[in-house]
Amino acid sequence: MKYLSEFREASKTKLFIEKTKSIAREKWTIMEVCGSQTHSILSSGIDELLPPNITLVHGPGCPVCVTPKEIIDTAILLSKKKDTILFTYGDMLRVPGSKESLFKAKGDGAKIKMVYSPFEVIEFAKNNQEKKCVFLGIGFETTTPSHASVILKARELNLKNFFVLLSQFRVPPALEAILKDPFNKIQGFLAPGHVCTVMGIEEYIPISEKYKVPIVVTGFESVDLAEGIFMLIQMLERSENAVKIQYKRSCKPEGNLKAKEIMKKVFKIGPQKWRGIGLIPDSGWILREEFREFDALNLLKEKIEEIEETKEGCIAALILQGKKKPFECSLFGKDCTPLNPLGAPMVSSEGACAAYYKYKKIAD
Amino acid sequence: MDKIELAHGSGGILMREFIENEIKKRFKNPFLEKLLDSAILSNKNKKIAFTTDSYVVSPIFFPGGNIGELAVNGTVNDLVAVGAFPEFISLSLIIEEGLPFEDLRKILDSVKISAEKAKVKIVTGDTKVVEKGKGDRIFINTSGIGFIPEDVKIGYEKIEEGDLLIVNGPIGLHGFSILVSRENIEIESELKSDTAPLNELWEKLYENKIEVHFMRDPTRGGVQGVLNEIARESGFDIILFEEKIPVTDEVKGLSEILGIDPLLMANEGKMIFFVKRKDAEKAVEILRKCEKGRDSEIIGEVKEKKHKGILKLKTKLGVTRILDMPYSDPYQESADFHLSHKPVSLRHF
Repeated sequence: MKYLSEFREASKTKLFIEKTKSIAREKWTIMEVCGSQTHSILSSGIDELLPPNITLVHGPGCPVCVTPKEIIDTAILLSKKKDTILFTYGDMLRVPGSKESLFKAKGDGAKIKMVYSPFEVIEFAKNNQEKKCVFLGIGFETTTPSHASVILKARELNLKNFFVLLSQFRVPPALEAILKDPFNKIQGFLAPGHVCTVMGIEEYIPISEKYKVPIVVTGFESVDLAEGIFMLIQMLERSENAVKIQYKRSCKPEGNLKAKEIMKKVFKIGPQKWRGIGLIPDSGWILREEFREFDALNLLKEKIEEIEETKEGCIAALILQGKKKPFECSLFGKDCTPLNPLGAPMVSSEGACAAYYKYKKIAD
Repeated sequence: MDKIELAHGSGGILMREFIENEIKKRFKNPFLEKLLDSAILSNKNKKIAFTTDSYVVSPIFFPGGNIGELAVNGTVNDLVAVGAFPEFISLSLIIEEGLPFEDLRKILDSVKISAEKAKVKIVTGDTKVVEKGKGDRIFINTSGIGFIPEDVKIGYEKIEEGDLLIVNGPIGLHGFSILVSRENIEIESELKSDTAPLNELWEKLYENKIEVHFMRDPTRGGVQGVLNEIARESGFDIILFEEKIPVTDEVKGLSEILGIDPLLMANEGKMIFFVKRKDAEKAVEILRKCEKGRDSEIIGEVKEKKHKGILKLKTKLGVTRILDMPYSDPYQESADFHLSHKPVSLRHF
C-alpha cells in the first residue's frame, strides 16, 4: 500500500496542478488515451482542478468498449455448441452483443466460465480432453503477450481442444486515425503507461514527429496524471514535440523485449474493427498462419453478420475520437445508461460515457 | 428481465426495483411502505419494532465468525437501526441433509453467545431438514422484536440539513473476509468479519440524550448502497469525506488487489448514525468509549436538497463527485468492471 499511496498523495497531485496553472498561458486540448486514466481523472477530480484553458478529452482506450459486437455474438454462438465451453475475463460478461450478453446467455444455460488468466483454460483443457475449450480474449498490447504465451503453451502440450477467439487492439494506429482527421482538435497525448511498458516508445516517436504533437507516457494514479499533464503542457508551451516518459517506474524506452518477441512469434499486424469507430488498418494483432489451428472460428460453419455499431443519435464515434464529450450527447443518462448502453463508451465502466455517468451524472 | 438473477438479492438497483415492483405493490400497507430495517408497529401506548432476515452466507464459517452469530447480530442491528431495544428473537433452521452435527453445534453455540451478548432471548423457532443438494449446508432465518421508547423519534423525515454522519469503525471487514474465504484467496492477514451486536452503542447514545435522527447498518450494498437509498428517500444530498472514512490497511490492500471499493462491501458490525450537528462531537466521544465504537469517526454531512437525494464524495483533492447506487453485489460488479483495470487480470492498458 505504501508503494501505491505515494502516487495518490493529494499534496503532490495539487503541487503539479499548481505548477501547470503557473505555466499554462495558451488554450490547450489534450487527450488521455486510456480508459483507466479517464476513470482515475474523474474519480479523483483532477479535471475540475485544472485551469479553464486546459481541456481534457477522453480517448478510445477502453478495450471492453471497443470490442465489436460480432465478437460477442460469435462467443455466444460457440458457447451454445455441443461439447464447447467458452472462457473469458469477467468484464466481458455484461457487454452486450447484437442480441444479448454472455451473462444473459449463461443464465439461459450457455457454457461460459470466468477466468482470471488464460492459463486456467489450458489447465482445464488438459484435464477435459473431450471438451472444446475456447478462450475469448480481448485487450490492447498489455494482454497480447499473455495471449501469445498461452497459445505457445498449448502448442507445447500438443492440445487439440484449445482454441482462441481474440480481439486485440494496437494503440498507435488509433492515435494516427484521430490525428489524420481534419476536424481533430487534439494537441497532445497522455499515452497509456501499461501499453508502453510492453511496447516501449519507438512506435510513438514517428507519430509525434509527423503530426507535431508531444506525447507523455503516463501512469494511472492521481500524481502520475497530474505530473503527466504538467509535462505535456510544458512541452506545448515550449512548442516542443517529443515523446517523454512520466511512468518511469515501469516503462523503459525499449519496452519489454521478451514480451514483444513472444507476441510477434504468434501474431502479426492486421486490420481490426473498433466498436463505435469501424475498421482501422493495421490496428490489430492477428494469428500468424502457423497458429491458425487454434483459431476458434474453425469451429463455426455459420457466418457472423457484420453489424452497424452505432445507434441513431448516439455520438460514440465522436466521443471515442475526442471530438465531443459525454454531456454533449442527447441520449446520455436518459436512453443510454450503463444498464442499457447504446454506444461503445457506455458499455464498460471504463468508457468515457460510463465514467461520466458514474462520477458526474449531473452537471453541477 | 424474465428471470431472477443473483443481483436481485444483493442490495443494488435490481434488488430495489424488485422490492418496489413485486413486494411493495402487492402487500401495500403503511407499515411496509417506509421500507425501514424494521417495521414499527404501534398500539395505544407502545411502539414495537418487528423485523426478519434470512442468512444464506457461504461459507458458513468465515474468519471472525459463522452464520449463527451473523443471524443474531444482523437481526439485533436491524432492530437497533429503528431506535428499538431488542428483546426477542426467533430462530428457524433449514438444514441440508448431511451437515455434520459438530458444525451445527458450533453454530448453535455461537447463536447462544451472541444472544447473550445482545441481551436477547431466543423465544421461538423451527427446524426443517431438506434433501442433500437442495440447500447449501444450512440457511437460518431470524425474526426479532424490540421496543421503542416513546421519546425516540427516528426516521427519514427526521433527517435535516447539517446533520453529521458517524460510523463506529472501519468499513468493509465482513465483505472482504467472506470473499477471501469463499474464493480461497491466500493472503497473510488478520482480516476478520466485524459481526457484532450494536445495541450497546445505541443504548449509550440514548442514555446521553444524543439527538439521533436516523440510523442504518450498512450491510448489503455497503456504505455507498445504503446512503444512496437514504439520500433518495429523504431527498437530501449527502456528502462523504474520503479522508475521514476509516479503512484498515488490510482492506485497503485487498481493495487494490481485487479492485473492489470498500464503500461497496458489506459490514455486519457497523452502524451509520445521523446525528444533529451540535451533538456530533459528543456522540463520537461516547461511542469511542464502547468496545465496538473505539474507532468512530464523523464521515459525512447532510446537505441541502439541491439534487433531490444524491450521494457525493469529497475526494482527497477537495473535489466532490457522485457515488452512484451500486448495480448489484460488488463481487459481481468486480467481474463487470473493476478487475478490468487491475494487474491481476492483465486486462488494463
